[in-house]
Amino acid sequence: MSLLRITGVSKRFTSPPGLITRLADRITGQDSSATVHAVSDIDLTVDKGEVLGLVGESGCGKSTLGRLVSGIYAPSDGVIELHGKPVAIQRGSTVFKTTTRVQMIHQDPFASLNPRMRVGETIAEGPRQHGLWTAAEAPRKTRDLIEQVGLEGAYASRLPHQFSGGQRQRIAIARALAMEPDLLVLDEAVASLDVSIQAQVLNLFMDLRKRLDLTAIFISHDLGVVRHVCDRVAIMYLGRVVEMGTAEALYSAPQHPYTQALLASVPTLGTGRGAFHPIAGEIPSPLNPPSGCAFHPRCPHAGPRCRTETPALGDTASGQAACHLHHGGTGRESAA
Amino acid sequence: MSAALEVRNLTTRFDTRRGPVTAVNGVSFSVQPGRIMGLVGESGSGKSVTGFSILGLIDAPGRITDGEVLVDGTDLRSLSPDALRRMRGKHVAMVFQDPMMTLNPVLRVGDQMAMAVRVHDRVSKAAAWDRARKALETVGIPSPAERLKAYPHQLSGGMRQRVAIATALLHGPSVIIADEPTTALDVSIQGQILAEVRRLADETGTAIVWVTHDLAVVSSLADDISVMYAGRIVESGTTEEVLSAPRHPYTHGLIDSVPTRHAPGRELPQIPGSTPQLINLPEGCAFRPRCPRATAACAVQPSKSGETHFALCHHPLTEADR
Amino acid sequence: MGMNHDTLGPDSNTSVTPSAAPLQTRASRLRDFWNDFRQSPAAVISLIIIIALAIVSFGAPWVSPQDPYDMASLDWLDAFLRPGTVGSGGYTHWLGTDNAGRDMLSAIFYGLRTSFMIGLSACALALFAGICVGLTAAYFGGRIESLLMRVVDLQLSMPAILLALVLVAMLGQGVGQIILALVVAQYAYFARTTHGAATVERGKDYIEAARSTPLPARRVLLRHLLPNVLPPLIVVATVQVASAIALEATLSFLGVGLPLTEPSLGSLISNGFKYIHTDRTWLSIYPGVFLMITVVAINLVGDQVRHVLDPRNQR
Ligand SMILES: Nc1ncnc2c1ncn2[C@@H]1O[C@H](COP(=O)(O)OP(=O)(O)OP(=O)(O)O)[C@@H](O)[C@H]1O
Ligand SMILES: Nc1ncnc2c1ncn2[C@@H]1O[C@H](COP(=O)(O)OP(=O)(O)OP(=O)(O)O)[C@@H](O)[C@H]1O
Ligand code: SF4
Ligand SMILES: [Mg+2]
Ligand SMILES: [Mg+2]
Repeated sequence: MSLLRITGVSKRFTSPPGLITRLADRITGQDSSATVHAVSDIDLTVDKGEVLGLVGESGCGKSTLGRLVSGIYAPSDGVIELHGKPVAIQRGSTVFKTTTRVQMIHQDPFASLNPRMRVGETIAEGPRQHGLWTAAEAPRKTRDLIEQVGLEGAYASRLPHQFSGGQRQRIAIARALAMEPDLLVLDEAVASLDVSIQAQVLNLFMDLRKRLDLTAIFISHDLGVVRHVCDRVAIMYLGRVVEMGTAEALYSAPQHPYTQALLASVPTLGTGRGAFHPIAGEIPSPLNPPSGCAFHPRCPHAGPRCRTETPALGDTASGQAACHLHHGGTGRESAA
Repeated sequence: MSAALEVRNLTTRFDTRRGPVTAVNGVSFSVQPGRIMGLVGESGSGKSVTGFSILGLIDAPGRITDGEVLVDGTDLRSLSPDALRRMRGKHVAMVFQDPMMTLNPVLRVGDQMAMAVRVHDRVSKAAAWDRARKALETVGIPSPAERLKAYPHQLSGGMRQRVAIATALLHGPSVIIADEPTTALDVSIQGQILAEVRRLADETGTAIVWVTHDLAVVSSLADDISVMYAGRIVESGTTEEVLSAPRHPYTHGLIDSVPTRHAPGRELPQIPGSTPQLINLPEGCAFRPRCPRATAACAVQPSKSGETHFALCHHPLTEADR
Repeated sequence: MGMNHDTLGPDSNTSVTPSAAPLQTRASRLRDFWNDFRQSPAAVISLIIIIALAIVSFGAPWVSPQDPYDMASLDWLDAFLRPGTVGSGGYTHWLGTDNAGRDMLSAIFYGLRTSFMIGLSACALALFAGICVGLTAAYFGGRIESLLMRVVDLQLSMPAILLALVLVAMLGQGVGQIILALVVAQYAYFARTTHGAATVERGKDYIEAARSTPLPARRVLLRHLLPNVLPPLIVVATVQVASAIALEATLSFLGVGLPLTEPSLGSLISNGFKYIHTDRTWLSIYPGVFLMITVVAINLVGDQVRHVLDPRNQR
């Protein structure tokens, strides 16, 4: 059985309109509240010991999915289960996380540590509150963890501002590990670090993964980094998973036109000067997503069917893709 | 051909509470017309301050303490504030990471671009709008006449950045300093802008200094690369030379730690330690504490080794080391 | 020489200890704060004045020439002595005496003590109440937030003095009553500031990290949110102490504040005001001057603290 199972999950954010608009709505009987479909109808599983990469451009819903898995948000539809039990329940407008077994690591280590709390306490407070550590063993375990992430145990008594960005991210990793999670969610965990520090943190992650047999969801917009650390990759576009497969298959033979375009458009070292193959057009607004396949306005293969019918994720030779081209069609025929 | 921009020994210091910080330390480089120079470095290495110093936009507690900035042969540092203002925008322009630093949120795009035209040129309003429209066209904005009537917040981030670049282009400056203009944008939008910028440099002959921390971006965009570390340019050469045959251990370390160069899952070669604090730099080479090649000699500030492709290092890498 | 980059070795990722950022201790930050603070001579002088006033008022029983509320030490013959006159006690009344023959300087010291005590305690209680309201609103959000903050906004739209007047009229006179009135009139400022700062902080990742651990709400509120909203509150608190003192003086001047048995600066001014049309102006002017100096000095210090704490002014 999979460790994590995401079934039919959607998350919508509705921003309530202003007072005047609301009054006008009352009178005219309209509804002007704007709804963002941050994440739509996602099915995913993560197996024990696996690292799943989540890739996509800004606003495609990566962080929202990460937060749903971490129990910070509750899904609008669908269920997210860890070991067969939901990770969060919602009562009224309040979300209650029901497990300590999923922990999240945020992008910006300058924002994710309480600036007025000593890092030792930051690391130990979770396990102390949940009775994983006794008061007596907490200092020793804190030191062990700090050393495990490559810092000196004596740093426990320091405040976050006394550390550099890379060091802070190590502390954030230690804080997550302290809860002995079954699943880690890393949301752009290296994106805000200096280039020369990124490799350090990636190495730490890969090393910890080997030693602790970690399972993780690794969110990133950096295709190169994802390729390096992930076993499987899911590509997201405008709230949906459009392609999924093993890292190797997906990078060597991308199936979805978006994946193909994305891989071609990313500048890498050694592509040579002037080699640009940017994706044409703008990223559509999730407030008002295009009909049919959300990628159709930018897709070189789009046909009439793509404009009207949303393709479902289906099997391809090397994985899964949500594209009419792969479901016995060319995309150019009109919808049945 | 003479350089469009020549910077000699530029030095900028900030007097902070904890003592003086030399954010830009004897920086020299030149950019020929139509060429793009990538100024690469990590956070705090002094890239932005270099850009601001070139335009003379340094405020207290900062001070440009030394150096020359020649744009089309004129030394900007010797100009009066008035003359400098006339040069800015006309001969040398800047594009920022946040386009809203250039754009006024309460004015229509066309109005502010027309205003920018009329700062330097006495033309009619209609003619100014026309020039603005042409500039938007050059940066690849579809239906430019309509975009001119929009307010900045009605445009996407990528569109706003294009408007900022178009504004910089209005007077056909010889030099554009672009400070991480695509860092906040998505890869697909970044690719579009990079392609336009490359075309612009080739077609208009504008010399561009492209500030970024992303080696991959400059590898496809720039003709030349200068790598900054702790306020100094530690390696400089053509893109080809620097990326395929780096000579400074720092550049080599940076390039070597990029994941795409290694088999997936393999441990990455990493530069140890953390980025330096300018306030207490080590004696001699600032990279010394993190450098695998450091010797006792490195406690003395190294001088340039090499001519056109140079590294600021006592023990630059040779063919055999790579 | 010729050492290769790869010699860093396979295990270097865990053994490497990145060099620490320079250590900045609490003491050095305090020193920085002081160095910035003293950039304004007015603020430094104000601070000295406040300290001096605090010493003479809280030390009033020891430093003042007379205990103005010990009826036995008062002499009718000393009534209305002009400033600088030597009275029957054999010492100079530098600020004159009042209708009961009370030494004005002593009365002012004692009055200042009452003013300070009322201002400080009202402010401390208002701070506490404001923090509770502001944090609760910011943490729970939704209906609770809009309800609480509507009330606060409503209150902020009314002049504090009006509210305090109504309350004192309802509650009656007395130290407890006036403190309560001041707390009700002032907590809204603290609630608004707390709420503002807390809404900024609650959006930050460290709060999200704490919530998603998950940590109990009480701990997130008290250990994470609260310590990070305190700095702006300190600034508001200084200014509010001054305004509490002024407010209390106004109430007492209007005759609805403290009873005459426990006079503050306000009651002294009020008492002296009866003689404002005679030539005995010292009776109201000197307490008034002290009140003004106190309020202005506290405000100047508060302004400078705000200026120094403002990250935009940090070097
Ligand atoms: N709390 C929220 N309230 C309203 N809208 C939200 C909220 N969180 C996210 N959104 C919207 O949902 C969409 C997806 O956002 P999300 O942060 O998940 O994207 P992302 O893929 O993580 O992007 P990035 O790469 O920029 O981090 C965006 O359009 C965003 O504006
Ligand atoms: N106003 C200032 N006061 C004091 N020091 C400053 C100021 N501005 C910049 N510095 C110093 O100059 C150094 C270089 O800053 P700069 O902004 O040029 O870095 P950068 O290379 O552009 O980094 P980034 O990639 O983060 O933009 C910083 O380390 C900083 O300490
Ligand atoms: S000078 Fe020495 S320390 Fe500096 S980079 Fe060269 S070898 Fe390394
Ligand atoms: Mg995100
Ligand atoms: Mg910068």
